[in-house]
Amino acid sequence: MTIKHHPQEATLLAYATGNLPEAFNLIIAAHVSLCDDCRAVVESCDAVGGSLLESAADVAMCAESLERTMAALDTPQAPRPPRTPGILPAPLHPYVGGDLDAVKWRPVGMGVKQAILPTSSEASARLLRIPAGVAIPDHSHEGNELTLVLQGAFADEGDHFARGDLEVADSDVTHTPVAAPGADCICLAVTDAPLTFKGWLPRVVQRFVGI
Amino acid sequence: MLAQVTPLETQTPAAAIIGRSAQGLYGVEMAGKMGVANEKLGFDAGQQTDWVQMMVLVRDHQDRSAFAALFNHFAPRIKGFLIKSGADAAMAEECAQDVLTTLWNKAGQFDPTRASVATWIFTIARNRRIDMLRRQRRPEPEELTWGPEPEPDQADVIALQQDSENLSAALAKLPDAQRDLIEKAYFADLSQSEIARITGLPLGTIKSRIRLALDRLRHAMQ
Repeated sequence: MTIKHHPQEATLLAYATGNLPEAFNLIIAAHVSLCDDCRAVVESCDAVGGSLLESAADVAMCAESLERTMAALDTPQAPRPPRTPGILPAPLHPYVGGDLDAVKWRPVGMGVKQAILPTSSEASARLLRIPAGVAIPDHSHEGNELTLVLQGAFADEGDHFARGDLEVADSDVTHTPVAAPGADCICLAVTDAPLTFKGWLPRVVQRFVGI
Repeated sequence: MLAQVTPLETQTPAAAIIGRSAQGLYGVEMAGKMGVANEKLGFDAGQQTDWVQMMVLVRDHQDRSAFAALFNHFAPRIKGFLIKSGADAAMAEECAQDVLTTLWNKAGQFDPTRASVATWIFTIARNRRIDMLRRQRRPEPEELTWGPEPEPDQADVIALQQDSENLSAALAKLPDAQRDLIEKAYFADLSQSEIARITGLPLGTIKSRIRLALDRLRHAMQ
């Protein structure tokens, strides 16, 4: 599996510094779970943080601090058991309550289903299940949208996106992703603004289904 | 005081490691200085205690003197880092304690071929800060295996340490404006578009080193 489409380095840096909304943290964690190149970038951004921490001016801890902390130390945790690889990367599991079979899908029309994930309100995250061959109609964005493929594939403006690939769309892009033939395409999509669809779902419905 | 190293068998394991690493890496004359106190372990001479060994002692032996050494070095830095990030002193204190407690609990997950101890502590502190300030969890990437190899190749560990030091040196050499921007990104809440202005982070060699370590872990899994 070769991943060809990645988030911008600035987004990975913002993930490492803790400057992203929860929904964006979630999609970057999911992409990095599948992509060693981006994991290496994130971990090297962490190393910059480590270097800044090492050179930070120290501020004395309270007198009893060490004793109190030591007194509360318990038996260390055993390492986590290995997880059976599934469709959803591990960071999604707490949001879904398990792997793919735990997702509570809701139909949104054209055979497309979605599940909105409980993140903080600055940005939203949802899983989309798009039947093979179905197009998500033209939509443009007020904000930024990231889409990560978890199963199947989609084509958009001549590009092919398969498992692990992440599409970056900002407010300048109007696009029509089409799910490729084969398995249903399952994606994680996050956005920091409501999507505006051109002639697909009326706005009132958009408000209902929360997209 | 100089060069007076207590025989290893009469020392606590942590003190023995300080003495040993000081002799091995920095010459005998450093060893006395480095074995004495926790707070200033050799730093006045510009040399570092072997924090990786301290982590191994915590992980394998639940060694409390190694923990105390880590606490005394890192907790005040975490506190300073958080105060610079806008936290008040009480919160920074509590957070620093929590971070060290997490270090104790999760010592088995530390992988010295992929991160320095300071880097690993930074990630714990960052996550705890998000948790406390925003009351959000921070999704973390899936781990590759059970965790790091129990006995990683020392050459890999040393190479990663070397790259970490080179990264620090490269950061120190950046133009002031660039370095300020980077510090702001890590210490405060720069917006994403402001972060996008940060270019040319000197990530090159450490990035390849980490990539190599990831390849090895993947290979070991198969």
